[in-house]
Amino acid sequence: MFRIVAKKELAPRIKLFDVEAPEIARKARPGQFIILRVDEEGERIPLTIADFDQKKGTITIIFQEVGKTTELLGELQAGDSILDFVGPLGCPSEIERFGTVVCVGGGVGVAPVFPIARALGEAGNRVVSIIGARSRDMLIWEDEMRNVSSELLVATDDGSYGIKGFVTDILTGVLSREKVDRVVAIGPAVMMREVCRVTPESIPTVVSLNPIMVDGTGMCGACRVEVGGKTRFACVEGPEFDGHQVNWELVLKRSKMFVEEERIAMERGGCRCQENARR
Amino acid sequence: MSGERKKIIPQKHPMPEQEAAVRCRNFDEVALGYSEETAVAEANRCIQCKNSPCVEGCPVEIDIPAFIKMIAARDFAGAIKKIKEKNNLPAICGRVCPQENQCESKCTLGKKHEPVAIGRLERFVADWEMAQPEPIQVQAINPLGKRVAVIGSGPAGLTAAADLALMGYKVTVFEALHIPGGVLVYGIPEFRLPKAIVAREIENITRLGVEIRTNYVVGKLASVGELLEQGYDAVFIGTGAGLPYFMDIPGENLNGVYSANEFLTRNNLMKAYKFPQYLTPIRVGKRVAVVGGGNVAMDAARTALRLGAEAYIVYRRTFQEMPARREEIEHAREEGVKFELLASPIEIKGNEEGRVTSIICQRYELGEPDESGRRSPVPIPGAVFEMPVDTVVMAIGQGPNPLIPQTTPELKTNRRGNILAKEETGETSMPGVFAGGDVVTGAATVILAMGAGKKAARAIHEYLQNKG
Repeated sequence: MFRIVAKKELAPRIKLFDVEAPEIARKARPGQFIILRVDEEGERIPLTIADFDQKKGTITIIFQEVGKTTELLGELQAGDSILDFVGPLGCPSEIERFGTVVCVGGGVGVAPVFPIARALGEAGNRVVSIIGARSRDMLIWEDEMRNVSSELLVATDDGSYGIKGFVTDILTGVLSREKVDRVVAIGPAVMMREVCRVTPESIPTVVSLNPIMVDGTGMCGACRVEVGGKTRFACVEGPEFDGHQVNWELVLKRSKMFVEEERIAMERGGCRCQENARR
Repeated sequence: MSGERKKIIPQKHPMPEQEAAVRCRNFDEVALGYSEETAVAEANRCIQCKNSPCVEGCPVEIDIPAFIKMIAARDFAGAIKKIKEKNNLPAICGRVCPQENQCESKCTLGKKHEPVAIGRLERFVADWEMAQPEPIQVQAINPLGKRVAVIGSGPAGLTAAADLALMGYKVTVFEALHIPGGVLVYGIPEFRLPKAIVAREIENITRLGVEIRTNYVVGKLASVGELLEQGYDAVFIGTGAGLPYFMDIPGENLNGVYSANEFLTRNNLMKAYKFPQYLTPIRVGKRVAVVGGGNVAMDAARTALRLGAEAYIVYRRTFQEMPARREEIEHAREEGVKFELLASPIEIKGNEEGRVTSIICQRYELGEPDESGRRSPVPIPGAVFEMPVDTVVMAIGQGPNPLIPQTTPELKTNRRGNILAKEETGETSMPGVFAGGDVVTGAATVILAMGAGKKAARAIHEYLQNKG
């Protein structure tokens, strides 16, 4: 069992947990993920690591309640435990001195971008960060991102904060204004696709894919993605890939594989939620 | 007794089973097991021949005639003790071993009649033990003060762990998933191997002092080298064949195409057949094509059937060449799995949403035998047909899981990614590191993996004794 030592609500339905997992905290690197299972009847879901603290022995995860599992997870309180928590999985981000790097985070994707931006900054890069959300109240970790960036730019869809528009609008401006050596983008698949449309092929653009997964160790092949025309397993060969090479149509279609089942799961009787609430 | 000859019953006592029409709609075990009376009667078929060839056919060298004699004498406790001298997973082996190719294929009685049903008898005593309030006590352990790390809690790892524990080593088993058992829990369906039985056998192994750490991915949390640095005196790698193969045909990434590993893991490990009580989903639709002819393919097809679909096995050769056990093929046929033989998909078609709608298959005929000894399929020019299906399960084999070799460059592997290890000892290119089972041989059977675990345990013991 893995104890939740801190819980924060960052935005409506977006929650942060610090989870006690000292061994994982010792090994975790930016870009990696964990897989958790809330309880005995739960599914295994991957979440990208938002932060890790070797001293405290904790892993920070940030998630948005979008389905049954994330909803059940969100009901847990500090002091409660998560049944299974395994990682660090996947390959760490490539951290080097590239020059100027633009880190783009959309929605809850700001969280996994954070440790990458921090590491890139520590490696001597100029880090321009662009974060975005639907509206001001949905924007997370602005201060954290500002702390690790040379410059922070914000966009909201409704214009309630920062510029009105998308992260790609800001990115276009940055690209026309200065020489950029690398772009890292994490967020909804559509956002990552659009970022890759904005960046020229000459600028390496790294995206972190979060496909449907089961075991996360290369065993089931559920997380198949097509990169450069070849099938790759995101869990062991990713989760980061060259965004210009990703078959986005496939990513988007595969993400909808179990839409119907997700709806059925959400409608499942309330008895178990109450049980969880009592814990 | 002298001069008096027992009257030989030519056939094995039949195995009681759930009716095919009933069982194809539930996940309960198909084979129900012998009663005491039937077991004793079957044990009495054994002629206790002098040279006992059956033992040679057993990869873990169980003293088969001895335990059968004890069953005949109704000494079931004695029989299970005798088996456990060599085999720590009898309830599993009694269910999933291909006995017809092993012990039973060598049975003296089998030359003229059906061989003794050794597998069913093994299962009988193992189940008898499980029904007792306490497991039959195993031998005492003299601690040797040394630690061994076992990576992977499948058949190879569990066997190595149990044998090493019995020799007096402190053993820790590292398992990446949340439940130990490897292929026994994620791969083999409940109706063929109930998970409660696997759990019980593993519990017996932990009683020997073996510690099992789940949710621990070696290669990520610690490398093999780091385990040695942390104070393990030797390491056994039994990580199995967990890398699914695909056919590399158009449409293979459409929604509705699963690897057999994914399809079975969702059902067996994650209990998707109980969705939405269990939250892991599985979607099969009306018609499912399972590509392949091995035991894994049969398991997938029978699972699809139980999920309410019409299930087809699509296989390039004929029944004669199918690698699956006869019994499994028979069970599948009885339950209503249909067979599309001498055919193989060349393309998978889908709709606008990216969901599978059909497979395009090439028709084959059989040519000369290939290197596997099976007659190889030759495509018939122009013979192509379309099968409307909602789901395709690729059960064409698995490769070794790459996580350990990737993170342990000292470990030599072959071109297919299998770890190179000596057959008799499991020694690898890395001192103190041994490997066995599917990660070395490629996908094979539970019992062969157990045999490899056993040999490696012996070799590790020898290595650690010499190391001083």
